[in-house]
Amino acid sequence: MKGYTATLPDGEAIYYVDRKRYLWTLSVIYPLQPFIGIWLHAETGNEAWLLLPIFLGYVVNPILDWVLGEDTNNPPEAVILQLDRDPFYRALTYIVVPLHFVSLIGAAWWAGTQSLSWWGFLGLAVVAGITSGLGINTGHELGHKKSKLERTLAKIVLAVPVYGHFWIEHNRGHHRDVSTPEDPASSRMGESIYRFARREIPGAFRRAWAIEKDRLERRGKSAWDPNNQILQSMSLSVVLQVGLLLAFGWKMIPFLIVHNVFAWWQLTSANYVEHYGLLRLNDENGRYERCQPHHSWNSNHIFSNLVLFHLERHSDHHAHPLRRYQSLRHFDNLPSLPSGYFGSYLLAWVPPLWYRVMDKALLALPHIDGDLDKVNIEPEKREMIFKKYAESGSASS
Amino acid sequence: MSEYRCPECGYTYDENKGDEHEGYAPGTAFSKLPDDFACPDCSVRFKGDFDKL
Ligand SMILES: [Zn+2]
Repeated sequence: MKGYTATLPDGEAIYYVDRKRYLWTLSVIYPLQPFIGIWLHAETGNEAWLLLPIFLGYVVNPILDWVLGEDTNNPPEAVILQLDRDPFYRALTYIVVPLHFVSLIGAAWWAGTQSLSWWGFLGLAVVAGITSGLGINTGHELGHKKSKLERTLAKIVLAVPVYGHFWIEHNRGHHRDVSTPEDPASSRMGESIYRFARREIPGAFRRAWAIEKDRLERRGKSAWDPNNQILQSMSLSVVLQVGLLLAFGWKMIPFLIVHNVFAWWQLTSANYVEHYGLLRLNDENGRYERCQPHHSWNSNHIFSNLVLFHLERHSDHHAHPLRRYQSLRHFDNLPSLPSGYFGSYLLAWVPPLWYRVMDKALLALPHIDGDLDKVNIEPEKREMIFKKYAESGSASS
Repeated sequence: MSEYRCPECGYTYDENKGDEHEGYAPGTAFSKLPDDFACPDCSVRFKGDFDKL
């Protein structure tokens, strides 16, 4: 396996081998999951197999995270630059882009040409949607980079989940406003994921549009100019989805609606768990303090990280947004989720359970230590939350 | 005419060149950029954080 050599400041030579190097191919093949179900359905005639990827995602993944546990290994600082520049890692993010198109077209073809029961059809649309949600993750990794090629690939892959505004909204909006009440993509204590989705989905689109409109106006162009990067990606979405409609008929209308909603829901779930309740305080100038490592929830669970391009090492991502996935680092004493993202989503989808686990974890964080003034709280729940924790005596304010 | 660099990601604003993609014409002084100017590449450093080269 390829290794990197470097010399430390004290003259000591080190040799580093990235043991996860080839395991990152999991992030590339995972989006092909609809084909496992389709193949088993074709072989056995049993439609239940079409639902297998749902079972893999939300039962097998959390179990693997639990069994395989956490990986806290970091590449040494001295080799980070070499690791970041190694073309192998970025090639994986390029290869996965066409696979997202293959997956959606394949699932649509099967749904459009087989006589499936209503639940088999619905299940396959959900599987296609959660798979395209992974496309948002790919677009996320690519959209953070400086090269024109990677930004173009981000726009292309985001056309699959019809989320072309995402990389603008995320890079220029979310990273700037993260963990503040102004950020539609940071969830608040006491805000259920269902309420959050109604704030996040339209809020993200509005913010992306405003950012892009501003940029185009500075260039003396209208918001509807062909240079609008949101419209560029969305046009490809229209071509793709209208093409599927023409190829496979009216059945594609319900199929694509379910697909789109579940793809977006993947991102909503990720956004919901990544910054729940965390709040940047005001600095002496009245501005929000710079985003700190304790402003993101993390997970080091190895399996889900390997299928998500290390997205769960979220604090380092916010500290260094352009750093490539293979170089993201773990730090001790960061806010930690009880499971990898897939297991955490399950918890988030059952709000009473989520609050029970996470409100306690949130208030126990060292920088909060029960002080509700240091928490991003849902305004409508504010009074109730203060009352609850003041009575139990665990809030200091 | 000077250059200003983002300390986080290395993005450099060159007053001579401006930034066409962002809509800042060649010759636009760094001081004339909006007050809420955020680094176009990383968005986590702001106008006041940039280093003059
Ligand atoms: Zn920057």
